[in-house]
Amino acid sequence: MSIFIDKASRLVVQGITGRDGSFHTRQMLEYGTQVVAGVTPGKGGQTFEGRVPVFNTVADAVAATGADVSVIYVPPAGAAGAIFEAADAGIPLIVCITEGVPVMDMTRVLPYVRERGARLIGPNCPGLITPGESKVGIIPGNICLPGRVGLVSRSGTLTYEVVNHLTRHKIGQSTCVGIGGDPLNGTSFIDCLRAFQDDPDTDLIVMMGEIGGTDEQNAAAFVLEYVTKPVVGFIAGQTAPPGRRMGHAGAIISGSSGTAAEKIAAFEAAKIAVMKRPVDVVELVQQRM
Amino acid sequence: MNLHEYQGRALFRAAGIPMPDGDVASTPSEAESIARRVGGTVVVKAQVHAGGRGKAGGVKLAKSPAEAGAAAEKILGMSIKGLIVQRVLVVPAADIASEAYVGLIMDRATQRPVFMVSPAGGIDIEEVAAKTPEKIRRLAVDPRYGLLPHQALGLALFLYPDIAQARAAARIMEQLYQVFTANGCSLAEINPLVTTPEGRVVALDAKVSIDDNELDRRPDLALLRDETAEEPSEVQARRANLTFIKLEGNVGCVVNGAGLAMATMDLVKYYGGEPANFLDIGGSSNPDKVVNALRIITSDPNVKAILFNIFGGITRTDDVANGLKTALSQFPVKVPIVVRLTGTNEAEAVKILRGIGMTALSDMDEAVRQVVAVVKGAA
Repeated sequence: MSIFIDKASRLVVQGITGRDGSFHTRQMLEYGTQVVAGVTPGKGGQTFEGRVPVFNTVADAVAATGADVSVIYVPPAGAAGAIFEAADAGIPLIVCITEGVPVMDMTRVLPYVRERGARLIGPNCPGLITPGESKVGIIPGNICLPGRVGLVSRSGTLTYEVVNHLTRHKIGQSTCVGIGGDPLNGTSFIDCLRAFQDDPDTDLIVMMGEIGGTDEQNAAAFVLEYVTKPVVGFIAGQTAPPGRRMGHAGAIISGSSGTAAEKIAAFEAAKIAVMKRPVDVVELVQQRM
Repeated sequence: MNLHEYQGRALFRAAGIPMPDGDVASTPSEAESIARRVGGTVVVKAQVHAGGRGKAGGVKLAKSPAEAGAAAEKILGMSIKGLIVQRVLVVPAADIASEAYVGLIMDRATQRPVFMVSPAGGIDIEEVAAKTPEKIRRLAVDPRYGLLPHQALGLALFLYPDIAQARAAARIMEQLYQVFTANGCSLAEINPLVTTPEGRVVALDAKVSIDDNELDRRPDLALLRDETAEEPSEVQARRANLTFIKLEGNVGCVVNGAGLAMATMDLVKYYGGEPANFLDIGGSSNPDKVVNALRIITSDPNVKAILFNIFGGITRTDDVANGLKTALSQFPVKVPIVVRLTGTNEAEAVKILRGIGMTALSDMDEAVRQVVAVVKGAA
């Protein structure tokens, strides 16, 4: 029915009492996500909104509630520490929303998470949602619709734009995953493509890329070799000047590498249908479903 | 954040990397006295964030302190790729026997710091990589263990067959790795690393970029930012917590989210317009951000129309509408504004805009077509 999360997912929120953490926890609860625990060191024993127990550590939260997904809303300086802690507590899926995590921290976090068999999504991502079942992160639930299109993206609001077009045309989604805009992240396009290909309830995949790096090019090569489901793609940043960081830390053309033209060519070579405008997603998906 | 060469040199020298003596000057007389102190022939180098300084006349050889002063006089105030030279670096001219390249970058594919070294130094490394890839050796460093001694020596022996020189270069690579990790670099590069006729191995240049995400916890590094080397509107935007990049077109763009902001620029271009800027007002809703954004965009005389493209998620569209209302009451905006907003609190936002005689579109494509038509009509 989905990838990575579903209605059985049991979520612990790291940073639940903070400004962002508390706001989005309310939204997730409202959506129906099973938020079973929160963590804020020093506030163990309290209860959030009268229904979610707060613990001092992730290990305590896991022991008491059996949480199996963590979402992180702590400030950048503490984000790496929060990921280490979640991995140590045995959480298999860790979603880091925090923007601004130093890249040097990520070089130490990523191997640590992998060695413990966990998956990290993010950092600097909107999280993910399996419409009608569970949302982990900040993607607005009201624009999504349950269905059979899998979506993976490096951005937030651009994802909402495209999901909104799909939903308005009654094209539902199996899962929407935002992998984040940082240069070093835990989950790549390829990880999501593989999961969607293997998911019996996903029929088509929409992939939203942008300038910078080679993740989209690698994904295109992977599509040729592994993916039999139709793929529709988009690349943002055709008008971006080289050498400038376009908001996302990872969205930068270095020298002559990482351009939109290079990525679009890789998509086309892999028979990925490329949208010229976000609104094109509707027609391209309808033609292929 | 890119550092100037003189700032990079300071980091390198603090780590023990051998570099020629020298210093930075902001006046010809300072340049002259540095040249006198270091003695002999010196090189006077413009300190700007632009490649091709030599070709632009920003690097000059001076045989005496007086010549160094004269060279600095010429270079200071010079414009290189639109950047005014404020400082020059004065260093002794080195006798060079051979030139190599040593660079360390944060590599996205391996998710590790990666060394790139080449005996073909002093030239553009991208060109070497494209034309003669066999002249480059790469090594991904496991950040948990750092650069191991045999790895450093292996790289160094690719540059220098002489074991004494290789050992010296290996030590420099270890020091470069320390600079890289201790300062959260995304790039640390020595181009060229030279050997002198006496056989010493010396770094002649220092190119360093720091990961912007490092600056909050490292105020010492944040102080190295040279705002005079940046576009004034971009400095103003950063102070207002906006991500803004000035471009050459005439359609001002106010967008929430980096991906949507890029896609908006692309769509403006798709419909035959040219974006004047990249601007992400960010996720949190704060009417002040909109006021600041409009102030910055309207100060660009090229802007003929402004497009708002807001997809409300965390961003509340009524906050954006209120920001727009406040801005219009504080200062005149003489160009047409096209607003697209949808999502959180949309009905409230539309009501606010109606109150000030404005309408809002809900479709991005339609809004972009409209703003491009407005600009073309005005042209």
